[in-house]
Amino acid sequence: MLIFLNHLINGLSLGSVYAIIALGYTMVYGIAKMLNFAHGDVIMVGAYICFFAVSSYRLPPVIGVVLAVAACTALGIVIERLAYKPLRQASSLAVLITAIGVSYFLQNGAQLLWTSNIKMFPSFFSSEPIALFGGELKISAAAAVTVLTCVVIMLALSWFTGRTKLGKAMRACSEDKGAAQLMGINVNATISMTFAIGSALAAVAGVLFCSVYPTLTPTTGSMPGIKAFTAAVFGGIGSIPGALLGGVLLGIIEIFAGAYISTQMSNAIVFAVLIVVLLVRPSGLLGKQIREKV
Amino acid sequence: MNRTNRVNFATYAMVILAFAALQIMGSAGMLSSTVRGQLVPICAYAAMALSLNLTVGVLGELSLGHAGFMSVGAFAGAVAAAALPISSDPLRLAAAMLAGAVFAAVAGTLVGIPVLRLNGDYLAIVTLAFGQIIKSIMENLYIGVDSRGLHVSFLENRIIFRDGGKMILNGAMGVNGINKISTFTAGFILVMLVLIVIFNLVGSRAGRAIMALRDNRIAAESVGIPVTKYKLMAFVISAAMAGAAGALFALGQNTITANKFDFNTSILILVFVVLGGQGNMWGSILAATFLTVLPETKAMRGLADYRMLVYAVVLILVMLATNNPAMQDFINTRFRRKKKKEGTVR
Repeated sequence: MLIFLNHLINGLSLGSVYAIIALGYTMVYGIAKMLNFAHGDVIMVGAYICFFAVSSYRLPPVIGVVLAVAACTALGIVIERLAYKPLRQASSLAVLITAIGVSYFLQNGAQLLWTSNIKMFPSFFSSEPIALFGGELKISAAAAVTVLTCVVIMLALSWFTGRTKLGKAMRACSEDKGAAQLMGINVNATISMTFAIGSALAAVAGVLFCSVYPTLTPTTGSMPGIKAFTAAVFGGIGSIPGALLGGVLLGIIEIFAGAYISTQMSNAIVFAVLIVVLLVRPSGLLGKQIREKV
Repeated sequence: MNRTNRVNFATYAMVILAFAALQIMGSAGMLSSTVRGQLVPICAYAAMALSLNLTVGVLGELSLGHAGFMSVGAFAGAVAAAALPISSDPLRLAAAMLAGAVFAAVAGTLVGIPVLRLNGDYLAIVTLAFGQIIKSIMENLYIGVDSRGLHVSFLENRIIFRDGGKMILNGAMGVNGINKISTFTAGFILVMLVLIVIFNLVGSRAGRAIMALRDNRIAAESVGIPVTKYKLMAFVISAAMAGAAGALFALGQNTITANKFDFNTSILILVFVVLGGQGNMWGSILAATFLTVLPETKAMRGLADYRMLVYAVVLILVMLATNNPAMQDFINTRFRRKKKKEGTVR
């Protein structure tokens, strides 16, 4: 039972990271109707910036995270402006291929700048794990912080999209860009802002991911990126609670599959679950079913 | 002869001439050993690009797991070549490529039946997921052969040989010590066969139905075109060709591992297709050839580190140039004024 709980906690912690990344995917998809394939690599950039700030320049971790968030926000806006904005009217295939190009660019740029040598990400949470049941069940500080961060981000995002003017503008744009523009909403600025928020979240996720799995390479972001995207689709792309649900479920499935079925096949099992979900509910668990109109 | 036929024959002619020229240069000793070593991979990648172009350009669906089919074909081909008791090398190669095509077609059917019910971006993601699953499976598959036939085991190597058996596929270690039986001639024949299949398919009733689905699925469905049937047809043919190309590729290498056929390979082939032009077959062949040879030439050796970066930039720029209305207007007014006028007359 305790082993089960331990796996569950690990799954929740990994799932929370996936959920934070998936939020970025889902918000961008909701508003721009595109898969931002480069999102996973923004995570990697964020982790590298935090790594250099803390390890090379001896800055406190909090400053490192803030720097990573700032840099990734800027990166997200620049990517959107240069690569995606000119393709607003293009086919989704063209946009997807461009996004893949951007992802490749970031990965290989990082490899040139920072080499492909593995960097060991410093551990920020050196404090003792929280012990329960007389010390038999240990919750590591990293896991606790990850889950907590995820909850805080979720609450903040729900408040933002539901209550603030900018958040309402975002939802309006995702529903109908033309109508939103006629109501005086600056659609381009809103899309830029969505990319900025998504990329800022990616930076946070990158730092959290690397404090749990500390090996940092230029391709670190691609696998969690693909999985978080899977999580977003799993929960219903475009839906913020869906991203949370999908991310957490995916993390738990991955850890359990690795623990109880087969370590080597855990990735394959995660993807198999995605395929099954998509076949049964093509719009994901919490996604809106959209009727096709001629 | 109409325009399509002219393009088709020009493409055949281009491939035949290139083959003849390279053969003559090869026998005259004008090719360096690096170029000669690249001839088989070039043919394999050209066939891969053509096969993906059938999915992306003709069917209009994005597949991000095409290397998965190449992987299935490569391992099926390597196992067949090692296990089949055929003494003649060309026949053994043909049998291996056939085995690769059949296994990849089976995989394509298994993947296609569920996947092709989805549309657009979802299809891309599910093919990506399938590519990852195939890689995981191949990394954990063990195949050996002895006098009693093939032995297969999954996840861990539990094969016990009776008399002088040998391992062929050793999990994540892949296939080692491959007898290199792929030849440039075989590669040329494969590319020609793939071209013949694609051109005849595109010109047929089925091909027109597939392109109608690409251009407007709902309209095509409403005039009675069975969507799943034709989508699956194109997808499975594409997978089979990728499998044959994979077998050709594998039998031209010393060692192959499942890692060779990962997401990056899928993307590389997609780059060939996008650069060559979606639906443009000779473009795919040219792009595959140049992008395979270019990094091996002396001039590019020094830039090897930047190769993937250049790929990425080229990919983005091509997409921007071909899909952005402002950019297209600019190109049209600067370079294509004459063509545009001809177009309006026609």
